[in-house]
Amino acid sequence: MSSYKESVETTLIVASTRGDSEIKTGAVNVPIYLSSTFHQEGFDDFGPYDYSRSGNPTRDALEKTIAELEGGARGLAFASGIAAISSAFMLLSSGDHIVITEDVYGGTFRFVTEVLPRFGIEHSFADFTDIEAIASAIQSNTKLIYIETPSNPCLGITDIAAVVNLAKSNDCLTFLDNTFMTPIYQRPLDLGVDIVLHSATKFLSGHSDIIAGLAVTRNEELGKRLAFIQNSFGAILGAQDSFSLIQGIKTLSVRFEKSAYSAQKIATYLKGHDLVEKVFFPGLSTHAGYETHKKQSTSAGAVLSFRLPNRSIAKTFIENVKIPVFAVSLGGVESILSHPAQMSHAAMSKVEREKRGITDGLLRFSVGLENVDDLIADFEQALAIAAKHHEKVGI
Amino acid sequence: MSKKSIDTQLVQLGNHSDEKTGAINPPIYLSTAYKHNGIGQSTGYDYTRTKNPTRAILEEGIAKLEGGDAGFACSSGMAAIQLVLSLFRSGDELIAPDDLYGGTYRLFNQYAESYNIRTTYTKFESAEEVKALITENTKAIFVETPTNPLMQEIDIRLFADVAKEHNLLLIVDNTFLTPYLQRPIEFGANIIIHSGTKYIGGHNDVLAGLVVTKGTELSEQLQTNHNASGAVLSPFDSWLLIRGLKTLHLRMKQHDANAKKIVAFLQNESSVKDVLYPGIGGMLSFRLQRSEWVAPFLERLQLIVFAESLGGVESFITYPTTQTHADIPEEERNARGVDNSLLRFSVGIEEVDDLITDLKQVFNTLESEVSN
Repeated sequence: MSSYKESVETTLIVASTRGDSEIKTGAVNVPIYLSSTFHQEGFDDFGPYDYSRSGNPTRDALEKTIAELEGGARGLAFASGIAAISSAFMLLSSGDHIVITEDVYGGTFRFVTEVLPRFGIEHSFADFTDIEAIASAIQSNTKLIYIETPSNPCLGITDIAAVVNLAKSNDCLTFLDNTFMTPIYQRPLDLGVDIVLHSATKFLSGHSDIIAGLAVTRNEELGKRLAFIQNSFGAILGAQDSFSLIQGIKTLSVRFEKSAYSAQKIATYLKGHDLVEKVFFPGLSTHAGYETHKKQSTSAGAVLSFRLPNRSIAKTFIENVKIPVFAVSLGGVESILSHPAQMSHAAMSKVEREKRGITDGLLRFSVGLENVDDLIADFEQALAIAAKHHEKVGI
Repeated sequence: MSKKSIDTQLVQLGNHSDEKTGAINPPIYLSTAYKHNGIGQSTGYDYTRTKNPTRAILEEGIAKLEGGDAGFACSSGMAAIQLVLSLFRSGDELIAPDDLYGGTYRLFNQYAESYNIRTTYTKFESAEEVKALITENTKAIFVETPTNPLMQEIDIRLFADVAKEHNLLLIVDNTFLTPYLQRPIEFGANIIIHSGTKYIGGHNDVLAGLVVTKGTELSEQLQTNHNASGAVLSPFDSWLLIRGLKTLHLRMKQHDANAKKIVAFLQNESSVKDVLYPGIGGMLSFRLQRSEWVAPFLERLQLIVFAESLGGVESFITYPTTQTHADIPEEERNARGVDNSLLRFSVGIEEVDDLITDLKQVFNTLESEVSN
């Protein structure tokens, strides 16, 4: 086995049962340990588990799986994506400074702007598609550069290797939110990133049925520090949800491949539509980050955004599409359309939003597993109605 | 260590089952398949229908609690009865009490019509009366005690002797009292059946059935049939039953104490014609003075739930006429005492004074309407 390099599709399926805990029964799926506490072997001879917050066999199987998939030293599972992200930020201390992408997920934006300042942790936003802009935001107390690539919702691309170089020369850590790509399409730790973060609620679990977050550290030392925070803050993932996530991960590659294939077709379709002002998708050669993305990822993923002329047209479009769910979140088997201005980025002021290109006509589309021709036909009819409405109003 | 009391057995169920991690609470194995290390090298688990580690804890636990040799967890109480009926073949006969759960009665009728496995019914008041029904084809005596819904007690030891003497099996549905209050195998029963949905689950959140057998031959036969017919309980539901069993003793004590107080209250209530209670457990039935009071009575309950099923922490009142016993023809139902004024009460573990207050407020409205 040692000389054979296992492909990621196989790792997805087998990683969770590589532990030795299933030797007794031979179970091909890890059991769900709901036990909160564990027998200790002796007065001062503790077993591998003592209390489920500190370690749980089912959660362990998940944590080892994601660590293996990301190629990291330690995986940690949290109660939500934002629990993973905020726990990772807790590695910082008062007086520290973060340089963070301005096109960041609204929940991360809220945590960084409203919670961290209370602990004396400062931040500066920068345009992360521009390495010079990042470099000039670095201060003497900058300890962390926080990347999201592709970013949410405008799919901006950050050159991961370039940021890692910059961080190293400034003695900073780098964190990267890999939710949109997952380890099957982008492995940031291989490029030198220190911690990879996930909202596992999205593509990793894939069925819109659990809330979960994951973190993977590049080295054991950071792993220990983050595990300490996981245990002391306690925002852990429960055993039942850990199991659901393990099962979801097993179909990640088949789901994501299909969604990514459909996304490419839909992006191309939208790009050719008169009513669509702009399509944001790293799989389009016209996308600003196309070349950079291609260098560091193996797929453009399955999330795209597109801009309609204004709020009223976006509203008419949303009201007339039949297949996609109009909802927050992404990465499920169901296609999900969302309106970032009112949903994922509602925590941002209108001024901040528009600065980032999140106009009132911007829609984000997470492509599910429906037949792509059905989705395009559905868009076609809804855009036609929106176009007619547009003419009638005469905007 | 001396034999542990039932209270301790219940609480400790599943503890020490997982030495590898030391988990206090047994894990839920959803795995359907189990790896073999080589040809013929099973870990004891192959395919979950046949045996599942979580279900096994429940099955071994209930067998031990009932004093039997093997336990089988099924997907519902009816699936458990069906599993037991798989022991019989065309031409075989059973004897059962007149007062019987409607679902069981319906299944027995189907077996008679489809497979020529017939059941004869009697009151079970004396050994002679039952002996008179035994033919060369009779294979088993099937009883519930207390009976549902008339709460008659059947003398298990007496009919165990009759069964033994005539080489019959004695099958006891122990749903109403559970092994905490009654262990029929100790009196000579061969097979125990439970609707695990009731007191054993205890929280109205899982549908399940259990069978316990005494004796190697019976156990092996049922194990084959359980796997072959496949109405097995899922691992998650098995885990819920294990969880339910951990508080069975506390719940049964409270059901029993509350029921006794409710009986005392109902016996002094003028709107109530009579109260049927075997003196133990949480189930009782009562008749209203007038059957036309049943509908307003049920509608006006504010705390007690009007619903089918029993044995949960919540109090339920059931109307056998239209619910559990709707499949028995009216004439036959009346002849058996399940008349239109009869209500069955599964007393929950709420504060008993609150239950009595709820009953009182309904009775007050019924009586004031009469006096008007």
